[in-house]
Amino acid sequence: MAKKRIVLTFPPELVDQPIIYRLVKDYDLVLNILRAQVTPKEEGKMVLELEGSREGINKGLKYLGDTKVDVQPLAKDIKLNEQECTSCGACMAVCSPRALAMNKKSWKLEFDRDRCLLCGLCVSACPLGVIQVEFD
Amino acid sequence: MPKTFAEINEKIKKGEAVVVTAEEVIDLVRKKGEKRVAREVDVVTTATFGPMCSSGALLNFGHSDPPIKMQKVWLNDVPAYAGVAAVDAYIGATELSETRGMEYGGAHVIEDLISGKKVRLRATSYGTDCYPRKEFDSYITLDSINQAILFNPRNAYQNYAVATNSSDETIYTYMGVLLPNFGNANYCSSSQLSPLINDPLYRTIGIGTRIFLGGAQGYVAWEGTQHNPLQKRDEKTKIPLAPAGTLCLIGDLKQMSRDFLRAAIFYRYGVTLTVGVGIPIPILDEEMAHFVSVSDEDIYSTIVDYSVPRREKPNFGRVSYKELRSGEIEIKKKRVPTAPLSSLYKAREIAQILKEWIKKGKFLLQEPIQRLPMDEKFKPLDIKR
Repeated sequence: MAKKRIVLTFPPELVDQPIIYRLVKDYDLVLNILRAQVTPKEEGKMVLELEGSREGINKGLKYLGDTKVDVQPLAKDIKLNEQECTSCGACMAVCSPRALAMNKKSWKLEFDRDRCLLCGLCVSACPLGVIQVEFD
Repeated sequence: MPKTFAEINEKIKKGEAVVVTAEEVIDLVRKKGEKRVAREVDVVTTATFGPMCSSGALLNFGHSDPPIKMQKVWLNDVPAYAGVAAVDAYIGATELSETRGMEYGGAHVIEDLISGKKVRLRATSYGTDCYPRKEFDSYITLDSINQAILFNPRNAYQNYAVATNSSDETIYTYMGVLLPNFGNANYCSSSQLSPLINDPLYRTIGIGTRIFLGGAQGYVAWEGTQHNPLQKRDEKTKIPLAPAGTLCLIGDLKQMSRDFLRAAIFYRYGVTLTVGVGIPIPILDEEMAHFVSVSDEDIYSTIVDYSVPRREKPNFGRVSYKELRSGEIEIKKKRVPTAPLSSLYKAREIAQILKEWIKKGKFLLQEPIQRLPMDEKFKPLDIKR
Protein backbone atom coordinates (compact mmCIF):
# COMPACT_ATOMS: atom_id res chain seq x y z
CA MET A 1 0.00 0.00 0.00
CA ALA A 2 1.24 3.46 -0.88
CA LYS A 3 0.18 7.00 0.08
CA LYS A 4 0.36 10.23 -1.85
CA ARG A 5 -0.80 13.77 -1.13
CA ILE A 6 -1.78 15.99 -4.02
CA VAL A 7 -3.49 19.29 -4.83
CA LEU A 8 -6.17 19.21 -7.51
CA THR A 9 -7.43 22.22 -9.41
CA PHE A 10 -10.70 21.65 -11.22
CA PRO A 11 -11.53 23.94 -14.16
CA PRO A 12 -15.11 25.30 -14.03
CA GLU A 13 -16.46 22.79 -16.57
CA LEU A 14 -15.35 19.83 -14.43
CA VAL A 15 -16.65 21.05 -11.08
CA ASP A 16 -19.89 19.11 -11.48
CA GLN A 17 -18.25 15.84 -12.59
CA PRO A 18 -18.03 12.82 -10.21
CA ILE A 19 -14.26 12.61 -10.52
CA ILE A 20 -13.54 11.68 -6.92
CA TYR A 21 -16.11 8.88 -7.13
CA ARG A 22 -14.28 7.44 -10.18
CA LEU A 23 -11.01 7.41 -8.24
CA VAL A 24 -12.60 5.28 -5.54
CA LYS A 25 -14.64 3.04 -7.81
CA ASP A 26 -12.29 2.43 -10.75
CA TYR A 27 -8.88 2.52 -9.07
CA ASP A 28 -9.76 1.15 -5.65
CA LEU A 29 -8.24 4.09 -3.80
CA VAL A 30 -8.91 5.16 -0.25
CA LEU A 31 -9.34 8.92 -0.33
CA ASN A 32 -9.00 11.42 2.43
CA ILE A 33 -10.08 14.94 1.48
CA LEU A 34 -7.91 17.21 3.59
CA ARG A 35 -9.23 20.51 2.27
CA ALA A 36 -11.66 21.48 -0.45
CA GLN A 37 -13.13 24.61 -1.89
CA VAL A 38 -15.59 24.63 -4.77
CA THR A 39 -17.14 27.89 -5.88
CA PRO A 40 -20.05 27.50 -8.32
CA LYS A 41 -19.03 28.24 -11.92
CA GLU A 42 -15.48 28.88 -10.79
CA GLU A 43 -12.39 26.82 -10.10
CA GLY A 44 -12.45 24.08 -7.53
CA LYS A 45 -9.49 23.18 -5.36
CA MET A 46 -8.94 20.05 -3.36
CA VAL A 47 -6.12 18.77 -1.20
CA LEU A 48 -6.33 15.01 -1.31
CA GLU A 49 -4.58 12.03 0.21
CA LEU A 50 -4.62 8.88 -1.92
CA GLU A 51 -4.04 5.45 -0.45
CA GLY A 52 -3.91 2.27 -2.45
CA SER A 53 -1.66 0.06 -4.54
CA ARG A 54 1.18 1.82 -6.34
CA GLU A 55 -0.40 0.81 -9.61
CA GLY A 56 -3.80 2.09 -8.55
CA ILE A 57 -2.34 5.45 -7.53
CA ASN A 58 -0.42 5.80 -10.80
CA LYS A 59 -3.47 4.89 -12.87
CA GLY A 60 -5.63 7.23 -10.81
CA LEU A 61 -3.19 10.08 -11.40
CA LYS A 62 -3.18 9.33 -15.12
CA TYR A 63 -6.98 9.38 -15.13
CA LEU A 64 -6.95 12.78 -13.39
CA GLY A 65 -4.49 14.10 -15.98
CA ASP A 66 -6.73 12.90 -18.82
CA THR A 67 -9.73 14.75 -17.33
CA LYS A 68 -7.90 18.12 -17.51
CA VAL A 69 -7.75 18.35 -13.72
CA ASP A 70 -4.46 20.00 -12.76
CA VAL A 71 -2.48 17.83 -10.35
CA GLN A 72 0.30 19.25 -8.19
CA PRO A 73 2.29 17.70 -5.37
CA LEU A 74 1.22 18.96 -1.96
CA ALA A 75 3.30 21.61 -0.33
CA LYS A 76 3.94 21.21 3.36
CA ASP A 77 3.96 24.87 4.17
CA ILE A 78 3.86 28.28 2.54
CA LYS A 79 6.12 30.92 4.03
CA LEU A 80 5.65 34.64 3.43
CA ASN A 81 8.69 36.72 4.30
CA GLU A 82 6.90 39.72 5.77
CA GLN A 83 10.12 41.70 6.16
CA GLU A 84 10.75 41.59 2.42
CA CYS A 85 7.13 41.79 1.21
CA THR A 86 6.08 45.18 -0.18
CA SER A 87 2.34 44.37 -0.06
CA CYS A 88 1.90 44.84 -3.80
CA GLY A 89 -0.83 42.21 -4.00
CA ALA A 90 0.24 40.35 -7.15
CA CYS A 91 0.00 37.03 -5.27
CA MET A 92 -3.68 37.64 -4.55
CA ALA A 93 -4.38 37.21 -8.27
CA VAL A 94 -3.86 33.44 -8.01
CA CYS A 95 -5.06 32.84 -4.46
CA SER A 96 -8.63 31.62 -4.94
CA PRO A 97 -9.25 30.73 -1.27
CA ARG A 98 -8.15 34.33 -0.46
CA ALA A 99 -5.64 33.24 2.13
CA LEU A 100 -3.45 36.07 0.84
CA ALA A 101 -5.47 39.24 1.19
CA MET A 102 -5.12 42.92 1.95
CA ASN A 103 -5.92 44.39 5.28
CA LYS A 104 -8.47 46.91 3.99
CA LYS A 105 -7.36 49.57 6.46
CA SER A 106 -3.58 49.43 6.23
CA TRP A 107 -3.35 47.81 2.78
CA LYS A 108 -0.71 45.51 4.19
CA LEU A 109 -0.76 42.00 2.78
CA GLU A 110 -1.83 39.39 5.30
CA PHE A 111 -1.52 35.63 5.08
CA ASP A 112 -4.27 33.56 6.70
CA ARG A 113 -2.77 30.09 7.02
CA ASP A 114 -6.12 28.54 7.90
CA ARG A 115 -7.58 29.44 4.50
CA CYS A 116 -4.50 28.30 2.52
CA LEU A 117 -5.03 25.21 0.37
CA LEU A 118 -1.28 24.80 -0.10
CA CYS A 119 -1.53 24.92 -3.90
CA GLY A 120 1.70 26.90 -4.16
CA LEU A 121 0.59 29.11 -7.06
CA CYS A 122 1.55 32.24 -5.12
CA VAL A 123 5.23 31.26 -5.15
CA SER A 124 5.77 32.09 -8.82
CA ALA A 125 3.15 34.85 -8.86
CA CYS A 126 5.10 36.85 -6.27
CA PRO A 127 7.27 39.30 -8.27
CA LEU A 128 9.73 39.73 -5.41
CA GLY A 129 10.22 36.05 -4.70
CA VAL A 130 9.37 36.43 -1.04
CA ILE A 131 6.94 33.51 -0.83
CA GLN A 132 8.59 30.15 -0.33
CA VAL A 133 7.14 26.70 -0.41
CA GLU A 134 8.26 23.68 1.55
CA PHE A 135 7.49 20.21 0.21
CA ASP A 136 7.25 16.98 2.15
CA MET B 1 -5.82 84.67 -3.16
CA PRO B 2 -3.72 82.33 -5.28
CA LYS B 3 -0.33 81.31 -3.85
CA THR B 4 2.96 81.09 -5.74
CA PHE B 5 5.68 78.41 -5.55
CA ALA B 6 7.99 81.07 -4.03
CA GLU B 7 5.51 81.93 -1.27
CA ILE B 8 5.02 78.26 -0.41
CA ASN B 9 8.79 77.72 -0.36
CA GLU B 10 9.19 80.64 2.08
CA LYS B 11 6.75 78.92 4.43
CA ILE B 12 8.58 75.59 4.00
CA LYS B 13 11.90 77.25 4.90
CA LYS B 14 10.35 78.71 8.04
CA GLY B 15 8.89 75.34 8.96
CA GLU B 16 5.38 76.76 8.69
CA ALA B 17 4.05 74.97 5.62
CA VAL B 18 0.86 72.96 6.01
CA VAL B 19 1.41 69.64 4.30
CA VAL B 20 -0.99 66.71 4.00
CA THR B 21 -1.12 63.61 1.82
CA ALA B 22 -3.48 63.23 -1.13
CA GLU B 23 -5.55 60.82 0.99
CA GLU B 24 -5.67 63.06 4.07
CA VAL B 25 -6.81 66.02 1.95
CA ILE B 26 -9.95 64.17 0.82
CA ASP B 27 -11.52 64.36 4.28
CA LEU B 28 -10.28 67.91 4.80
CA VAL B 29 -12.08 69.09 1.66
CA ARG B 30 -15.23 67.21 2.68
CA LYS B 31 -15.19 68.94 6.06
CA LYS B 32 -13.92 72.40 5.20
CA GLY B 33 -14.60 72.83 1.49
CA GLU B 34 -12.25 73.64 -1.35
CA LYS B 35 -12.03 77.35 -0.57
CA ARG B 36 -10.73 76.90 2.95
CA VAL B 37 -8.41 74.06 2.00
CA ALA B 38 -6.95 76.19 -0.81
CA ARG B 39 -6.22 78.87 1.78
CA GLU B 40 -5.01 76.65 4.61
CA VAL B 41 -3.11 73.82 2.90
CA ASP B 42 0.15 74.56 1.09
CA VAL B 43 1.28 71.21 -0.24
CA VAL B 44 -0.33 67.83 -0.89
CA THR B 45 1.98 64.84 -1.27
CA THR B 46 1.23 62.09 -3.78
CA ALA B 47 3.04 58.79 -4.31
CA THR B 48 3.15 55.48 -6.10
CA PHE B 49 5.16 52.25 -5.73
CA GLY B 50 4.72 49.92 -8.66
CA PRO B 51 6.46 47.96 -11.40
CA MET B 52 7.85 50.35 -14.00
CA CYS B 53 9.61 48.57 -16.84
CA SER B 54 10.91 51.68 -18.54
CA SER B 55 13.62 52.20 -15.95
CA GLY B 56 17.38 51.83 -15.86
CA ALA B 57 20.66 53.32 -14.74
CA LEU B 58 23.41 55.20 -16.55
CA LEU B 59 26.76 54.23 -15.11
CA ASN B 60 30.29 55.53 -15.56
CA PHE B 61 32.83 52.91 -14.50
CA GLY B 62 36.04 54.99 -14.58
CA HIS B 63 39.07 54.04 -16.70
CA SER B 64 41.24 50.97 -16.32
CA ASP B 65 44.98 50.99 -17.06
CA PRO B 66 45.60 50.46 -19.90
CA PRO B 67 42.17 51.82 -20.80
CA ILE B 68 39.42 50.15 -22.78
CA LYS B 69 36.72 51.57 -25.07
CA MET B 70 33.99 49.24 -23.84
CA GLN B 71 31.99 48.04 -26.79
CA LYS B 72 30.02 45.24 -25.16
CA VAL B 73 29.34 45.30 -21.43
CA TRP B 74 27.85 42.76 -19.03
CA LEU B 75 26.99 43.32 -15.37
CA ASN B 76 26.56 39.97 -13.57
CA ASP B 77 26.07 38.51 -17.08
CA VAL B 78 23.26 40.97 -17.88
CA PRO B 79 24.08 42.93 -21.06
CA ALA B 80 24.21 46.72 -20.67
CA TYR B 81 24.11 49.16 -23.57
CA ALA B 82 27.60 50.54 -24.14
CA GLY B 83 27.18 52.34 -27.45
CA VAL B 84 28.08 55.64 -25.84
CA ALA B 85 31.48 56.93 -24.63
CA ALA B 86 34.28 54.56 -23.58
CA VAL B 87 33.21 53.66 -20.03
CA ASP B 88 29.57 54.74 -19.95
CA ALA B 89 26.79 52.17 -20.09
CA TYR B 90 23.03 52.00 -19.55
CA ILE B 91 21.70 48.99 -17.68
CA GLY B 92 18.03 48.58 -18.51
CA ALA B 93 15.71 47.12 -15.86
CA THR B 94 14.17 44.47 -18.13
CA GLU B 95 17.36 43.11 -19.71
CA LEU B 96 17.78 39.40 -18.88
CA SER B 97 20.88 37.55 -17.71
CA GLU B 98 22.60 35.55 -20.45
CA THR B 99 23.28 32.75 -17.98
CA ARG B 100 20.26 32.79 -15.65
CA GLY B 101 17.52 33.99 -17.98
CA MET B 102 14.37 35.30 -16.41
CA GLU B 103 15.43 34.75 -12.83
CA TYR B 104 17.90 37.66 -12.86
CA GLY B 105 17.94 40.86 -14.87
CA GLY B 106 18.95 44.50 -15.08
CA ALA B 107 16.63 45.43 -12.21
CA HIS B 108 18.46 42.91 -10.00
CA VAL B 109 21.80 44.48 -10.96
CA ILE B 110 20.43 47.87 -9.88
CA GLU B 111 19.10 46.40 -6.62
CA ASP B 112 22.42 44.64 -5.95
CA LEU B 113 24.32 47.89 -6.56
CA ILE B 114 22.20 49.90 -4.11
CA SER B 115 22.45 47.05 -1.60
CA GLY B 116 26.24 47.58 -1.64
CA LYS B 117 26.95 44.24 -3.29
CA LYS B 118 29.88 43.57 -5.60
CA VAL B 119 28.80 43.31 -9.24
CA ARG B 120 30.91 41.58 -11.88
CA LEU B 121 31.76 43.89 -14.80
CA ARG B 122 32.85 42.27 -18.04
CA ALA B 123 33.62 44.24 -21.19
CA THR B 124 35.03 43.54 -24.62
CA SER B 125 36.34 45.85 -27.29
CA TYR B 126 38.11 45.90 -30.64
CA GLY B 127 40.96 48.02 -29.23
CA THR B 128 42.08 51.39 -30.53
CA ASP B 129 45.34 53.33 -30.48
CA CYS B 130 44.10 55.35 -27.52
CA TYR B 131 42.17 52.48 -25.84
CA PRO B 132 44.33 49.39 -26.45
CA ARG B 133 42.68 46.99 -23.95
CA LYS B 134 40.37 44.44 -25.54
CA GLU B 135 38.99 42.67 -22.51
CA PHE B 136 38.05 43.60 -18.96
CA ASP B 137 36.78 41.33 -16.19
CA SER B 138 36.57 42.49 -12.59
CA TYR B 139 34.19 43.75 -9.94
CA ILE B 140 32.58 47.10 -9.21
CA THR B 141 30.44 48.48 -6.40
CA LEU B 142 28.21 51.54 -6.32
CA ASP B 143 30.96 53.37 -4.41
CA SER B 144 33.77 52.35 -6.75
CA ILE B 145 32.23 53.84 -9.88
CA ASN B 146 31.75 57.49 -10.85
CA GLN B 147 28.17 58.51 -11.67
CA ALA B 148 25.22 56.18 -11.23
CA ILE B 149 22.15 57.96 -12.52
CA LEU B 150 18.74 56.37 -12.35
CA PHE B 151 17.16 57.49 -15.59
CA ASN B 152 13.69 56.13 -16.21
CA PRO B 153 12.15 57.06 -19.57
CA ARG B 154 8.59 56.24 -18.52
CA ASN B 155 7.31 56.12 -14.94
CA ALA B 156 4.26 57.08 -12.90
CA TYR B 157 1.61 56.38 -15.52
CA GLN B 158 -1.46 58.54 -15.15
CA ASN B 159 -3.94 55.72 -14.58
CA TYR B 160 -3.62 52.21 -16.01
CA ALA B 161 -5.85 49.55 -17.53
CA VAL B 162 -7.52 46.80 -15.52
CA ALA B 163 -6.42 43.45 -16.95
CA THR B 164 -8.62 40.38 -17.30
CA ASN B 165 -8.66 37.20 -19.40
CA SER B 166 -11.69 35.93 -21.34
CA SER B 167 -9.90 32.88 -22.80
CA ASP B 168 -9.96 29.40 -21.32
CA GLU B 169 -6.25 29.32 -20.52
CA THR B 170 -4.17 31.03 -17.85
CA ILE B 171 -1.99 33.78 -19.32
CA TYR B 172 1.16 35.28 -17.86
CA THR B 173 1.47 39.00 -18.50
CA TYR B 174 3.15 42.16 -17.27
CA MET B 175 -0.17 42.63 -15.43
CA GLY B 176 0.48 39.44 -13.49
CA VAL B 177 -1.12 36.01 -13.76
CA LEU B 178 -4.56 36.21 -15.40
CA LEU B 179 -6.76 33.20 -14.73
CA PRO B 180 -9.06 31.78 -17.44
CA ASN B 181 -12.72 32.71 -17.95
CA PHE B 182 -12.50 36.03 -16.11
CA GLY B 183 -10.94 34.24 -13.14
CA ASN B 184 -9.49 37.52 -11.87
CA ALA B 185 -8.82 41.16 -12.73
CA ASN B 186 -5.58 42.95 -11.88
CA TYR B 187 -5.15 46.70 -11.55
CA CYS B 188 -2.10 48.87 -11.09
CA SER B 189 -2.43 52.41 -9.75
CA SER B 190 -2.19 54.16 -6.41
CA SER B 191 -5.44 55.84 -7.59
CA GLN B 192 -6.42 58.61 -5.15
CA LEU B 193 -2.79 58.89 -4.02
CA SER B 194 -1.32 58.76 -7.55
CA PRO B 195 0.71 61.81 -8.70
CA LEU B 196 -0.74 62.53 -12.15
CA ILE B 197 -4.27 61.64 -11.08
CA ASN B 198 -4.09 64.48 -8.55
CA ASP B 199 -2.79 66.94 -11.13
CA PRO B 200 -4.75 65.69 -14.13
CA LEU B 201 -3.97 68.65 -16.42
CA TYR B 202 -0.26 68.84 -15.43
CA ARG B 203 -0.60 72.32 -13.92
CA THR B 204 2.14 71.86 -11.31
CA ILE B 205 4.01 68.71 -12.33
CA GLY B 206 6.29 69.49 -15.26
CA ILE B 207 9.89 69.47 -16.41
CA GLY B 208 12.13 70.30 -13.47
CA THR B 209 9.69 69.30 -10.71
CA ARG B 210 11.64 68.05 -7.70
CA ILE B 211 10.39 64.66 -6.52
CA PHE B 212 11.02 61.69 -4.23
CA LEU B 213 12.63 58.97 -6.34
CA GLY B 214 13.72 55.64 -4.92
CA GLY B 215 14.29 57.14 -1.46
CA ALA B 216 16.27 60.17 -2.64
CA GLN B 217 15.47 63.53 -4.23
CA GLY B 218 15.13 63.39 -7.99
CA TYR B 219 13.56 65.34 -10.79
CA VAL B 220 11.08 65.14 -13.62
CA ALA B 221 13.44 65.25 -16.61
CA TRP B 222 10.90 65.35 -19.40
CA GLU B 223 7.53 64.06 -20.42
CA GLY B 224 7.66 60.27 -20.27
CA THR B 225 7.76 58.14 -23.41
CA GLN B 226 4.28 57.30 -24.74
CA HIS B 227 2.96 60.40 -22.94
CA ASN B 228 -0.64 60.44 -24.09
CA PRO B 229 -2.44 63.53 -22.80
CA LEU B 230 -5.18 63.17 -25.43
CA GLN B 231 -6.51 59.99 -23.82
CA LYS B 232 -10.27 60.11 -23.18
CA ARG B 233 -10.97 61.88 -19.89
CA ASP B 234 -13.84 62.03 -17.46
CA GLU B 235 -15.65 65.29 -18.22
CA LYS B 236 -16.11 66.22 -14.60
CA THR B 237 -12.81 65.24 -13.00
CA LYS B 238 -10.58 65.65 -16.11
CA ILE B 239 -8.94 62.36 -15.06
CA PRO B 240 -8.09 60.02 -17.97
CA LEU B 241 -10.11 56.81 -18.15
CA ALA B 242 -7.16 54.70 -19.33
CA PRO B 243 -3.33 55.05 -19.43
CA ALA B 244 -2.46 58.66 -20.33
CA GLY B 245 0.31 60.99 -19.19
CA THR B 246 3.74 59.68 -18.17
CA LEU B 247 6.92 61.09 -16.63
CA CYS B 248 10.59 60.66 -17.46
CA LEU B 249 12.43 60.68 -14.13
CA ILE B 250 16.03 61.16 -13.12
CA GLY B 251 17.95 60.93 -9.85
CA ASP B 252 21.17 59.91 -8.12
CA LEU B 253 21.14 56.12 -7.72
CA LYS B 254 23.93 56.39 -5.12
CA GLN B 255 21.51 58.01 -2.68
CA MET B 256 18.65 55.60 -3.27
CA SER B 257 17.54 52.75 -1.06
CA ARG B 258 16.35 49.22 -1.59
CA ASP B 259 13.27 50.13 0.45
CA PHE B 260 11.98 52.07 -2.55
CA LEU B 261 13.62 50.37 -5.52
CA ARG B 262 13.12 46.63 -5.92
CA ALA B 263 13.70 44.14 -8.70
CA ALA B 264 10.61 42.17 -9.63
CA ILE B 265 9.92 39.13 -11.79
CA PHE B 266 6.59 38.73 -13.52
CA TYR B 267 6.36 34.99 -13.99
CA ARG B 268 6.80 33.95 -17.64
CA TYR B 269 6.86 37.60 -18.67
CA GLY B 270 10.14 39.03 -17.48
CA VAL B 271 12.06 41.25 -15.11
CA THR B 272 11.08 44.77 -14.11
CA LEU B 273 11.91 47.39 -11.51
CA THR B 274 9.48 48.42 -8.80
CA VAL B 275 9.99 52.15 -8.34
CA GLY B 276 8.86 54.36 -5.49
CA VAL B 277 7.92 57.87 -6.60
CA GLY B 278 6.56 60.74 -4.54
CA ILE B 279 5.52 64.10 -5.99
CA PRO B 280 4.45 67.21 -4.08
CA ILE B 281 1.57 69.24 -5.44
CA PRO B 282 1.40 72.88 -4.36
CA ILE B 283 -2.12 74.07 -3.61
CA LEU B 284 -1.84 77.24 -5.63
CA ASP B 285 -5.55 77.93 -5.80
CA GLU B 286 -9.04 76.48 -5.48
CA GLU B 287 -8.74 74.51 -8.68
CA MET B 288 -5.74 72.60 -7.31
CA ALA B 289 -7.60 72.00 -4.03
CA HIS B 290 -10.42 70.60 -6.12
CA PHE B 291 -8.12 68.32 -8.15
CA VAL B 292 -6.32 66.81 -5.14
CA SER B 293 -9.59 66.10 -3.33
CA VAL B 294 -10.57 63.42 -5.83
CA SER B 295 -11.26 60.02 -4.28
CA ASP B 296 -11.37 56.43 -5.53
CA GLU B 297 -15.13 56.47 -6.21
CA ASP B 298 -14.60 59.19 -8.86
CA ILE B 299 -11.54 57.66 -10.51
CA TYR B 300 -12.33 55.19 -13.27
CA SER B 301 -10.32 52.78 -15.39
CA THR B 302 -11.12 50.53 -18.32
CA ILE B 303 -11.31 46.73 -18.08
CA VAL B 304 -9.23 45.27 -20.90
CA ASP B 305 -9.10 41.70 -22.25
CA TYR B 306 -5.41 40.73 -22.20
CA SER B 307 -6.13 37.37 -23.85
CA VAL B 308 -6.26 39.18 -27.19
CA PRO B 309 -2.60 39.73 -28.05
CA ARG B 310 -3.27 42.67 -30.34
CA ARG B 311 -2.65 46.41 -30.19
CA GLU B 312 -6.35 47.10 -29.88
CA LYS B 313 -7.87 44.85 -27.24
CA PRO B 314 -11.56 44.43 -26.51
CA ASN B 315 -12.75 46.13 -23.35
CA PHE B 316 -15.56 45.43 -20.92
CA GLY B 317 -16.40 48.93 -19.84
CA ARG B 318 -15.29 51.03 -16.90
CA VAL B 319 -14.93 50.46 -13.21
CA SER B 320 -14.08 52.78 -10.33
CA TYR B 321 -11.10 52.26 -8.05
CA LYS B 322 -13.50 52.10 -5.13
CA GLU B 323 -15.02 48.98 -6.72
CA LEU B 324 -11.57 47.59 -7.61
CA ARG B 325 -10.36 48.05 -4.04
CA SER B 326 -13.46 46.33 -2.65
CA GLY B 327 -11.87 43.06 -3.83
CA GLU B 328 -14.49 42.12 -6.38
CA ILE B 329 -15.95 43.63 -9.56
CA GLU B 330 -18.51 42.50 -12.07
CA ILE B 331 -17.57 41.62 -15.64
CA LYS B 332 -20.26 40.30 -17.98
CA LYS B 333 -22.52 39.48 -15.01
CA LYS B 334 -19.76 37.45 -13.37
CA ARG B 335 -18.25 38.31 -10.00
CA VAL B 336 -14.51 38.61 -10.50
CA PRO B 337 -11.94 38.91 -7.69
CA THR B 338 -9.45 41.77 -8.07
CA ALA B 339 -5.78 42.08 -7.14
CA PRO B 340 -3.57 45.16 -7.11
CA LEU B 341 -0.02 45.14 -8.53
CA SER B 342 1.10 48.47 -7.14
CA SER B 343 1.54 48.73 -3.38
CA LEU B 344 -0.75 51.26 -1.72
CA TYR B 345 0.97 50.40 1.56
CA LYS B 346 4.37 51.56 0.25
CA ALA B 347 2.86 54.53 -1.61
CA ARG B 348 1.40 55.75 1.69
CA GLU B 349 4.80 55.34 3.33
CA ILE B 350 6.39 57.48 0.59
CA ALA B 351 3.68 60.17 0.80
CA GLN B 352 4.30 60.38 4.57
CA ILE B 353 8.09 60.60 4.16
CA LEU B 354 7.77 63.34 1.55
CA LYS B 355 5.34 65.17 3.85
CA GLU B 356 7.87 65.05 6.70
CA TRP B 357 10.72 66.23 4.45
CA ILE B 358 8.68 69.26 3.40
CA LYS B 359 7.41 70.03 6.90
CA LYS B 360 10.97 69.96 8.23
CA GLY B 361 12.21 72.24 5.45
CA LYS B 362 14.40 69.51 3.95
CA PHE B 363 12.62 69.52 0.59
CA LEU B 364 11.71 72.65 -1.38
CA LEU B 365 9.29 72.76 -4.27
CA GLN B 366 10.66 73.41 -7.74
CA GLU B 367 8.37 75.22 -10.15
CA PRO B 368 8.37 73.49 -13.55
CA ILE B 369 10.71 75.07 -16.07
CA GLN B 370 8.34 73.95 -18.79
CA ARG B 371 4.86 72.37 -18.78
CA LEU B 372 4.26 68.86 -20.03
CA PRO B 373 2.64 68.76 -23.47
CA MET B 374 -1.15 68.64 -23.51
CA ASP B 375 -1.60 67.97 -27.22
CA GLU B 376 0.88 65.21 -28.06
CA LYS B 377 -0.45 62.26 -30.04
CA PHE B 378 0.44 58.66 -29.09
CA LYS B 379 1.38 57.12 -32.42
CA PRO B 380 1.17 53.45 -33.43
CA LEU B 381 3.96 51.61 -35.25
CA ASP B 382 2.75 50.29 -38.58
CA ILE B 383 4.60 47.98 -40.92
CA LYS B 384 5.36 49.79 -44.16
CA ARG B 385 6.43 48.07 -47.36
